[in-house]
Amino acid sequence: MIPETGHFALSLALMVALVQGILPLAGAARGHGAWMALARPAAQIQFVLIVVAFAALTWGFVVSDFSLAVVARHSHSAKPMIYKITGVWGNHEGSMLLWVLILAVFGAAVATFGRNLPASLRARVLAVQGLIGTGFLAFIVFTSNPFDRVIPAPADGQGLNPLLQDIGLAIHPPFLYLGYVGFSTAFAFAVAALIEGRVDAAWARWVRPWTLAAWCFLTIGIGLGSWWAYYELGWGGWWYWDPVENASFMPWLVGTALLHSAIVVEKREALRAWTILLAILTFSLSLVGTFLVRSGVLNSVHSFASDPDRGLFILMLLVAAIGGSLILYAIRAPALRTTANFQPVSREGAVLLNNLLLTTAAATVFIGTLYPLFLDAISGAKISVGPPFFNLTFIPLMTPLVIAMAVGPFLAWKRGDFGWAMKKLRLAALAAFLIAGLSLWIAGSTNLLAAGGILLAAWLIAGALSEVAERIKLFRAPLDSVMARARHLPRSAWGMTVAHAGMGIVIAGMTASTAWETEKIAALKPGASLDVAGYVFTLDKVEEVKGPNYTSQRAAVTVSRDGSLVAVLRPEKRFYPVQRTETTEAGIHTTWLSDLYAVVSRQSDDGAWAVRFYHKPLLPWIWIGIIVMALGGGLSLTDRRHRVGVPAGGKTARKTTVPAGAQKA
Amino acid sequence: MKPKHRRLILIFLALLALGGAAALVLTALEDNIVFFRSPTDVAEKKVTPGRAIRLGGLVEEGSVKKASDGLTVEFHITDLSNTVPVVFKGILPDLFREGQGVVAAGELRPDGVFAAREVLAKHDENYMPPEVVDALKKSGKWKEGAQ
Repeated sequence: MIPETGHFALSLALMVALVQGILPLAGAARGHGAWMALARPAAQIQFVLIVVAFAALTWGFVVSDFSLAVVARHSHSAKPMIYKITGVWGNHEGSMLLWVLILAVFGAAVATFGRNLPASLRARVLAVQGLIGTGFLAFIVFTSNPFDRVIPAPADGQGLNPLLQDIGLAIHPPFLYLGYVGFSTAFAFAVAALIEGRVDAAWARWVRPWTLAAWCFLTIGIGLGSWWAYYELGWGGWWYWDPVENASFMPWLVGTALLHSAIVVEKREALRAWTILLAILTFSLSLVGTFLVRSGVLNSVHSFASDPDRGLFILMLLVAAIGGSLILYAIRAPALRTTANFQPVSREGAVLLNNLLLTTAAATVFIGTLYPLFLDAISGAKISVGPPFFNLTFIPLMTPLVIAMAVGPFLAWKRGDFGWAMKKLRLAALAAFLIAGLSLWIAGSTNLLAAGGILLAAWLIAGALSEVAERIKLFRAPLDSVMARARHLPRSAWGMTVAHAGMGIVIAGMTASTAWETEKIAALKPGASLDVAGYVFTLDKVEEVKGPNYTSQRAAVTVSRDGSLVAVLRPEKRFYPVQRTETTEAGIHTTWLSDLYAVVSRQSDDGAWAVRFYHKPLLPWIWIGIIVMALGGGLSLTDRRHRVGVPAGGKTARKTTVPAGAQKA
Repeated sequence: MKPKHRRLILIFLALLALGGAAALVLTALEDNIVFFRSPTDVAEKKVTPGRAIRLGGLVEEGSVKKASDGLTVEFHITDLSNTVPVVFKGILPDLFREGQGVVAAGELRPDGVFAAREVLAKHDENYMPPEVVDALKKSGKWKEGAQ
């Protein structure tokens, strides 16, 4: 009965979404107030209905109702409760339901907190979200119904893919979807603005918090996916330029560009048409990402639960959403053109450079990801484009971006003073070169490319710190006045500094862990040791352990340095009898400065175990930096000018946020 | 500076970025495209020794041999018409098993042995890499649902 209720609620949600998508739009066009007003309750009702459907499916998983096809295929009675719940979105049907649930959350949030939006804009924004919801709800109801029954019900389920029975991956999809779908709000605002033919500072003030929130979630979501691949797949890497990874990375790149250009619209009312285009592109890439992962067109290391038949439906959705919005853009954008008045060297110019490089980088990732598909379609030749392609194209594009990232905040709006900015950054440049040199000396290496990466990272962090120091007049004013300035600095300014510094931390971690890692592969008998970058790894023993739904060969690897014990790593090789699948659990000891990483594989006939040990300097900095970046975004989000629902009285607030460089200008 | 000049500078910069990116993409693509080949392609001498390719097919039953160092593995990849010997030193993926679909990345040695740098097997035991399915279809040995 409960699944039927869920099914009914889902179908009802589709109908409500249809109403939400059509009537308010028509109402806004004809000035029909009652039709426009329909959008708010519709969005809220749609949200409640989808919550009911999602709860019903979750109930099915929790009580292991194997008469539900999805539960029978993806769950098992012996599975730990936490993975029964997270298993709701560990499959295609459930994850699409999560997708529309999050869409409905954002829709209801706009409806609830958007009281002071102009009535017609609100009606149109909610209508566009209603249309997106209609498309995806129809997709679920017609091609991937999670409430399909199997009769007779099997005695037990087939279990969840053991690789997905992991806490990192369990919370990865919700964050990723909060990011993907969060950009739908920016998209809805963009399309609504195109229909209205009006984009102004107030509009940008509305779009920014939503974009920022989506960006934070997507950052964390990508980070979680990468972290999972690092400790669970056991190959010691954290990024493979895999199509599925790229699918989440492209919206991040363009979303980052959008985040910055929306600031220009808010502060200067310039770059309006471009910002609209970025909003459309960001969400389009989120849709493409969903399509790539869900349709199974890509041969990826981890495209779970894919089905080509559904691809056609998503493809049609894609064409309708992207094609429709781009046609609308082509018709309306010329009217939005601004006679922006700024010099190439200015804050606007810096943001434009950021946008140019980020979108170009996204384009190269797009080409590398889709070129094999394209070639297969036209010539039947099967190729793959691997990490070397992406490293060769992506890194050269990111290098100027990172260099400019430190300078941009020092430039004033309209007309910046490059010489003055460089003078203020002298100390940062000096520090960066010192740190890069120091890193070479510590690593005992002559790898100049790696030193370049550390140089960029240090430059970015030192640049961000210099910018704060300049704003609060550190060392140039009495301490109490410095403290007062620091307190009065807007949260968004602190957020930017923190996020930029976080990026620097990520770059340092990526560079050092790639350039200076030590990898040793060997066959060891219990008791034997191996030297890895000065650490002695000893395989003590391998014992059989029983888990809740698996058996495991667990090794104890003692790591010592100069005779004193550092850590005991416990890598495992697990066997899940239900799926007859083996998984690898890496044993990782992390300090703030490096990771010690061990993987145990099979045992050969003579009793030796194949093992793989790593020393990865600064690797934890990747995760720390990602968290710092997301925190920076969150800090900026708490700025009172970003607070959703604050009356649009930005004029007075704006005066207090003089950019650093403007103090001189 | 006149607005017209500024716009020209902007357009120039945009073209520079795009042109640079296009040049990067083209050179990188030329050097880093890895073609997928089947054992039949290798038998028909379509594969240049020393060039990086991906070889896909099934791991032949009874062909897996471990060398005495405990790390080097020899096995055969087959599309059921032709077979290529493969040698790999390292740790095989969890799902590597005889009779399963597998993709090996590496290069053909002049002696006809495929030296794999990397061996990929899927995380799903019922899953067959699409390239392997195609290779089996081409060799006429593919049976629907007979995985």
